[in-house]
This record gives sequence, structure tokens and C-alpha cells, in this order.
Amino acid sequence: MGDYKYILELQDLHTTFKTDKGDVAAVNGVNFVLEPGKTLGIVGESGSGKSVTSYSIMQILAENGNISGGKILYKGEDITKWDAKQMAGFRGKCCSIIFQDPMTSLNPVFSIGYQLEEAILLHTNLNRAQAKERAAELLALVGITEPEKRLKQYPHEHSGGMRQRVMIAMALACEPDILIADEPTTALDVTIQAQILELMQELQKKLGMAIIIVTHDLGVIASMCDEIIVMYGGRVCERGTADDIFYDPRHEYTKGLLRSIPTLDNNGERLVPIGGTPINLLNMPKGCAFCPRCDEAMKICLSQVPEEIPVGPTHKASCWMNIKKMCEEGNA
Amino acid sequence: MSNEYLVEVSHLKQYFPIRSGFKTINLKAVDDVSFNIRPGETLGLVGESGCGKTTVGRTLLRLYTPTSGSVKFDGEEVTDKNIQRLRKEMQMVFQDPYSSLNPRMTVEDIIGEPLDVHKLYQSKGERHDKVIQLMETVGLNAEHASRYAHEFSGGQRQRIGIARALAVDPRFIVCDEPVSALDVSIQAQVVNMFEDLQKERGMAYLFIAHDLLVVHHISDRIAVMYLGHMMEMADADELMSNPMHPYTESLLSAVPIPDPETARKSKRIILEGDVPSPLRMPTGCPFRTRCKYATEQCAAQMPELTDRGNGHVVACWNR
Repeated sequence: MGDYKYILELQDLHTTFKTDKGDVAAVNGVNFVLEPGKTLGIVGESGSGKSVTSYSIMQILAENGNISGGKILYKGEDITKWDAKQMAGFRGKCCSIIFQDPMTSLNPVFSIGYQLEEAILLHTNLNRAQAKERAAELLALVGITEPEKRLKQYPHEHSGGMRQRVMIAMALACEPDILIADEPTTALDVTIQAQILELMQELQKKLGMAIIIVTHDLGVIASMCDEIIVMYGGRVCERGTADDIFYDPRHEYTKGLLRSIPTLDNNGERLVPIGGTPINLLNMPKGCAFCPRCDEAMKICLSQVPEEIPVGPTHKASCWMNIKKMCEEGNA
Repeated sequence: MSNEYLVEVSHLKQYFPIRSGFKTINLKAVDDVSFNIRPGETLGLVGESGCGKTTVGRTLLRLYTPTSGSVKFDGEEVTDKNIQRLRKEMQMVFQDPYSSLNPRMTVEDIIGEPLDVHKLYQSKGERHDKVIQLMETVGLNAEHASRYAHEFSGGQRQRIGIARALAVDPRFIVCDEPVSALDVSIQAQVVNMFEDLQKERGMAYLFIAHDLLVVHHISDRIAVMYLGHMMEMADADELMSNPMHPYTESLLSAVPIPDPETARKSKRIILEGDVPSPLRMPTGCPFRTRCKYATEQCAAQMPELTDRGNGHVVACWNR
């Protein structure tokens, strides 16, 4: 592997699903870069393509889905060209994923220990006894007390928060460079959510992996991301630091999203919802995906997809409003 | 109206018998909960999963028969005999808009069913007109009356569920996590609709949810539950700015605030461990196993809810 600046780089990624009703383009040209040890947040609503993006990186798409264009560079190498065997090595060792629902992502008929050891035996040269030791170490790492006893237990004997900890332990078994967390706390209660988020940040400091956190909850990403990507209709509408996104949103969708959530101090004020219904991917508009719900939509929004332009040193957005503003300033 | 309170709940207990081996033990889902709701008021009910908040809502409408305690609606004790009549006044909106609508019924029949039950129309034409009017009230396209539930998105389905609850023109609606399953942008639409409907019709809500920011936004007062017990109840703003119970305090600090500046400054009080199983309830105060202020007194006896001024009630020995 040659020199690389980014641990992961997505170049114009397209992912398409074949369905009876036609091809569904779930991801439509997503670009991003991830530096080692950094945290990237991907926010969006259902159907925005945020989960499919992360499944594409792991190449664990459903059978009718495939990566139809673009590159995924891991340490500078395009992994979309890798064969199944190489990908099996990639998963777990280079990049791991934890899923939303800790209730269904563990196998109920095997003990926690068996499932953890399986991951370790698969990816390392350790023997069974060593793997067992390592499994106990991992459980201790994710803050589970009495790890030896826990290893013999089955998933149903653990609470949701505990199971998510086990999932994280499993994902970290081979110390991957990247951890993808797909809605890691959506199924958990707030106090448990706080525990898990804290744990992820702590482990990142300890182990130095990069994290991609995929969520619909703007609150979750406000505090822990170096960069945030806002997705809608399979495209990136806006990217920047948390401050850029929250204090100076430059895409109408991001603005709408921020207006529609209640905060502590806007009590009494009415929420301003985004009109319309979420996007139907079978029936994508020709221009900007958000234009049917956008109050500011102009003629050009209907016919042409806006290009992504920089609106600040760390801040980019794909919205015709910014381009219009730029032109107006240029003329003045 | 003759009564100050529309809904009066006192010492409500709801136990579910669980058979384990030869023994039958009681799962105390709701244990001695009391509260009142005024006409036109919104009481928010928050707590983590398993705290009994949904059970409270369901017991109010007698979807379960309470183990003991009483529920009064407009001064009248709710019993198995009068509940059918009273359900014309009390309705419910459920959490999951996917499973709470019958997939084999058209929208017109779903919304019209409460009208059938309470015989609220003279002719077929009147029923149809009423349904159309309800659909327009909740912002649904009246042309879609003959469609089935699966043809609608989550937000639209929740609107159908709300229209069904509104059909009998109730005075009180139990909203059981009505926006939790919805996308953020749709959530705001539905929250606004609840507020508008309340203004127009003067209904009271019991708004059950786990999202504290939404509950704070919509509620006049908020009650916090933990393992079947009520821990604290106060005005919405008062509770958010001056939480007294250690559980409320940590619950509030755990809420992820969608504002980077506040998020950086705020200090989270991370609670250790999980909620204990309701089958093995700790003695005394149920929260003591996770509480950093816990003393011997907490283990010995459950503290009573006591008034700390302005209707701010707290059940804690140490505060």
C-alpha cells in the first residue's frame, strides 16, 4: 500500500437496487474523505441513502443491490474491485460495523463468548484458549463487569445497552481502522444512549480508530463529529463542521431540519415543519432532490442538480441559492 | 364544567401476573400512581422503556383492568360498565402507525368505525361527509378515502390514526408516543397539528413520549416515571430548568442537545448500569441502585411525593 492521506475516500459512489418497479438509485454520487482517527457524522431521514452508503463500504448490500459506479478507496486502494475473499479480510480487520438493533444482530442460540471468539478466530492466528482470553479482555474494554461470567451467557440474558456493548466489543475484536456505527443508539433509552456514546468516544481515544456515525438524530452528532454530512435523496446536500452545519446552514434542507426540531429555548414558539412527504426514490425529481419540498425553489432547481460549491473554509453546500447569491454579489 | 379536573387518577396500580415455574409473581408495571389533568391541558409523561408510561395510558382507557386504584373522568368513576360510553370522550393515538391500522380496511372505514360504534350518523351520506371532514381536519387528501393504509407514508398514517381518534369528538386523548416512529421533518408537522387541534377543540392530552425535547415543547406539565413509580411532576419549564429528583436530573443531562455549543459545555451525568428488572424490584426507592445520593433510608422506604411549591412534586428523601 502506498502513501495515503485518507483512511477512506468515497469518489462519486452510486448504489442501485433492482426492484420490480424499476431501478432505485439509493446512493447518487456521494463523495467524502475520512482521515485516520477522525469522526464523520452522516445525518438524513429515512430514504436519504445514509445506511446504504455504509453498507456499500462494507459491501453487505442486499442481493438486488450493487455498486453501479464510483470508487471506494481504502488507504488509496479501490476496494470495489476486490474479490469476495479480500472483502472478507477487509470486514472486521480494516472496517467494522455496528447496527441499529442490538436485539436482532446477535445470534440467540450461541453464547456471547462463542460469537466473540468466532470473530477473533476468523481474523487472527490466536488459538481457542487465547481467543477466549482476548474475548474477556474485549468485554472488559467495553465496560462489562465480570466478563468471564458474561461470556457464558446468551444474548437474551443481556439488556439492550449490554448487547450494544457486546456488538461494539465484537466490532473492535481485530482493532479495525474504521468503525461504522449505523444508528447505534436509536433503539436505546436516553440514559443508555449517553453511556454508549461516551464509550465510543473513549474507545476512539484509546484505540485511535476513525468512526463514521450514521444517524437521524441531530442531537447525537452535535457534540462528537469532526465533520458532518447531510444527505437527502441519495446525495450530499451539505458538509462542514458541527458549527458550520448548526450555526450557518447553507442548504434549504438543513435549514428546514434545524427549524423543525424543538430545542430547550424555543418553547412556546411553533415548530416550522418541512412541508410535503419524504422522497420517493422510484420517482426522483430531475433537478435538486429536495425541490418539491423547498419553499425557496426556483426554476433552475426543477431541472438541474446543483453543484457542490464551497461556502466557507470547511463548509460546502449543493444548493442553487448559494450560487444565485454568489452571482448577485459578483454583479454588484 | 363542574369539575376542576377532567381526569383524576388516584393510587392506580396495574400488576401483571407472570408465571415462572410453579410460582406466580406480579410484575408491578404501575405502582401507586396519582395525577390529575385539567380540561384543555397537556400532561407529558416521560420515562425510559419499561417504566410503565404506556401501561398508564392504556389503563386509563381500560384496555387493561386496573389491579386497584381509581380513574375518574369528569367526576365519574370509570368502570367496565361505562367505559364503552366513556370512550366517546376518551380516545387514544398509538405509537406505531404501521400496526395500529387494519390493513384490510379502507381509510374511510378506519375513520368511520368509531362513528359506527357510537352511532353518530343518520345516513350513509352523513357518515361519508363526516369522514371527509375529518380527513381534511388532519390534512389528508379527501380523494384518498377509498385507499388502504399501506398506500400511505408513516406521517400520513399517523394522521389517519389521529382522525380516527377525533371522529367521536373526544375531550381527552391519550397520545402514546405518537411521533416517535416519524422522521424529524414529519414529526414537526404532527406536533403542530396536535397543538392546533387542541386550540380549536379544547381537548386535554396525556402525551406519552421518551423524547424530552418534544414533550417539553408540547406539554403544560411533565410527569417523570421510573419503574412504575412517579418520581417527579412539575410545570414543563420548571421541570426542565429546575429538576429536583436525581433521576430527572440525569435524564435531562443525557438528552442530546442539537446545538454544538451547549453540547460542548454541558456535563453529562452518566448513570451507571441498567434499569433493574421490574420482577426484581429493589426495596424502597426503585432508583436507589443507580442513584449516587442513595442512603439507608432509601433502601428502607419508598419516599412519598411531596409538594415543594407551585405544584412541583418530588418523591425523594434527599432533595
